Amino acid sequence: MSELTGAQILIECWKKEDVKVIFGYPGAATIDVHHYLMTSGLRFVLTRHEQAAVHAAEGYARATGRPGITLVTSGPGATNTVTGLAGANLDSTPILVFSGQVSRMMIGNDAFQEIDIVGITRSITKHNYLVRDTGSLARIVKEAFFIAQSGRPGAVLVDLPKDVLTGTAEFKYPGKIKLQAYQPHLKPHPKQVAKAAELLLSAQKPVLYAGGGVIMSGASEKLLTLAECLHIPVTNTLMGLGGFPGTHPLFLGMLGVHGLYQANRAVQEADLLVTVGARFDDRVTGRLDQFATKAKIIQIDVDPTSIHKRVNTDVPLVADAHQALSAILNLLGKYPNYDRTARRIWLNRIAAWQKEGALEDGPVSTSPAGIKLISPQTVIKTLYEKTKALTPIITTEVGQHQMWTAQYFLHDQPRHFISSGGLGVMGFGLPAAIGVQIARPEALVIDITGDGSILMNIQELVTIVEEKLPIKIVIINNGCLGMVRQWQELFYNRRYSATLLGQGPDFVKLAEAFGAQGFRATRLDEVAPIIEKALTISGPVIIEFIVDQSALVYPMVPAGSSISEMLPYSANPSDN
Amino acid sequence: MENKNTQRRTLSLLVDNEPGVLARVTGLISGRGFNIESLSVAETRDPQISLITIIISSSSQFIEQIIKQLRKLINIIKVIDLTEDDYVEKQLVLVKVKTNPANRTEIRSLCEIFKGKILDVSPKTYTMEFTGNEKKIRNILTLLDEFGVEEQVSTGLTAMSRTRVYKHERK
Ligand SMILES: Cc1ncc(C[n+]2csc(CCOP(=O)(O)OP(=O)(O)O)c2C)c(N)n1
Ligand SMILES: [Mg+2]
Repeated sequence: MSELTGAQILIECWKKEDVKVIFGYPGAATIDVHHYLMTSGLRFVLTRHEQAAVHAAEGYARATGRPGITLVTSGPGATNTVTGLAGANLDSTPILVFSGQVSRMMIGNDAFQEIDIVGITRSITKHNYLVRDTGSLARIVKEAFFIAQSGRPGAVLVDLPKDVLTGTAEFKYPGKIKLQAYQPHLKPHPKQVAKAAELLLSAQKPVLYAGGGVIMSGASEKLLTLAECLHIPVTNTLMGLGGFPGTHPLFLGMLGVHGLYQANRAVQEADLLVTVGARFDDRVTGRLDQFATKAKIIQIDVDPTSIHKRVNTDVPLVADAHQALSAILNLLGKYPNYDRTARRIWLNRIAAWQKEGALEDGPVSTSPAGIKLISPQTVIKTLYEKTKALTPIITTEVGQHQMWTAQYFLHDQPRHFISSGGLGVMGFGLPAAIGVQIARPEALVIDITGDGSILMNIQELVTIVEEKLPIKIVIINNGCLGMVRQWQELFYNRRYSATLLGQGPDFVKLAEAFGAQGFRATRLDEVAPIIEKALTISGPVIIEFIVDQSALVYPMVPAGSSISEMLPYSANPSDN
Repeated sequence: MENKNTQRRTLSLLVDNEPGVLARVTGLISGRGFNIESLSVAETRDPQISLITIIISSSSQFIEQIIKQLRKLINIIKVIDLTEDDYVEKQLVLVKVKTNPANRTEIRSLCEIFKGKILDVSPKTYTMEFTGNEKKIRNILTLLDEFGVEEQVSTGLTAMSRTRVYKHERK
């Protein structure tokens, strides 16, 4: 068999892994790959910044469950991927970054655009590789794909020296690989399953607390079956939203620092907390020693390090969420025997909390000129009402708009809410939307963003226009870095240091400059019509809403407090 | 990270003998704010595998987390916590001690008692080698301090279970 160059081998490996699209940015170190890529039949999406390429790959992966691929050059190309790698890894998203590197003999010489990217990304990837010879490239790519997708998925970086890409070797793609030191544990232990089932049957006040792991493992239906079969209310983490139907009567909404009243109350009163694919993040638990103190805890997680990390678990179940839930359901049978009276009382209590903590539209203030200002919550709510029939896929950036979206925009399906959870990356949503729209060309994809975040990757408007992606970009323009300003208002004496953005650019003109369309709403009565109008446009649109700056995200658990001490919606101090 | 239930643990890690693996291990530990008290690394009988012996002190909960995190590293084949086992632990230390005609005999007899070796003799110094566990090494060094230690170098500790057999080769 004739030999291929490393660059050709890489592309053949991608084909074997059924890669359809690669996001990235070229440079000298990867020029050989691009040379062959052009005629390979694979789609290359040229983002305008490598960070955006990684976020787009993550968006693609989160929308499909398939790994997202990024190709960047050495040096600055590689360092620009750091934020994206860290974010994807923290949110357990399978992505692979292929970075160029200087030739092997130049490594260590401070050569032009040489950077030790393997060293830099060691602690923010699931694993990374420096490929040392063309002959091992195929095996390493195979391993990299396997590691990124299996167990708790994550980010993998493969660093490719230029001469490894130009050198030649015989191409043989390994059929199956076994890594002695890496064998994710997917099957639940029957004993633990039995214990979990027993607790589930005897609990009087159970709550299911489900995270991104449910979505990742495709366990949404199993979760729904379990909840319905035992009438257990379900709360989601930010990453878990959509993993349980948002409009289901058993759904409590998101829990945690900006969680809904009924969700936090239920967790605090529960006698059993069934954690599925969630990791007791500090933004979920608030003050840890006062979190769910009355509850026994069952924790299902594929990652053993998630267990007993922050909270001691009564029944740990190291397994894939889908397999674990299936095993539990099998054991419970169709008509399990549990205390139905107790459950009725529990659900009634929850219903009362639900009433007490119902989200409102946000206070409507009037400008000095007598115009009704737009409350940001109303924008999200209206957007939801106007688009829900189309089951849109929502991406967000980070800040108040993200939390309002999590609270007000309901998703009945998994993989429809895509947000940067663990790392909280401003600038994630727009490029992520690119990946989502490319993965799901027919879907309505909306990036809900803030006036701060949108500027962090605004250059991607070019990519969107050139790739003809009909993404709708909703800017909640409150003239500030709202989430930080909120903390200043509540805890720092209203000293708005470095958070007021002023007018900012003219987003409508900016959209036009990039070749998209833009609309702006400044009054409450313009909200619905402008959304309707944007939906009729087949190309990319920016819809800017100038909203009341004083709106705050409630409920809110102050830092260091228990989630029982949340400031309810009615605490809104800016009502005056 | 010090707290009252601090424990000292001896961990034996079987790892792929590849560049960067040690950096992964130490990076993982230092990234979580731990100090490595002792470290030793060498190839095993299987040249593809290295054995790292690490001693860390912290609360047991933190160490449990570290062990799990270490197990999660792709290049780590096995993490053995020897602390629970009955195990031997040794390190090697080289010391250069000042001598004079009056104290040479005394130093030689100390060396003998502690099963040391005199490696080199100069008009004003002895260079000696000792092996043993931490306590023994500490004792001999304290005694030698009386004479004046010119220089001292030491390896990390390495450890092995007395009875249990851990396979150090690939299956
Ligand atoms: C890259 C990055 N830098 C800084 C932060 C800290 N931060 C979190 S929210 C926020 C404000 C975001 O402002 P905007 O996008 O306008 O959203 P808003 O809160 O106003 O809705 C900031 C600065 C972050 N999360 N990410
Ligand atoms: Mg803002």
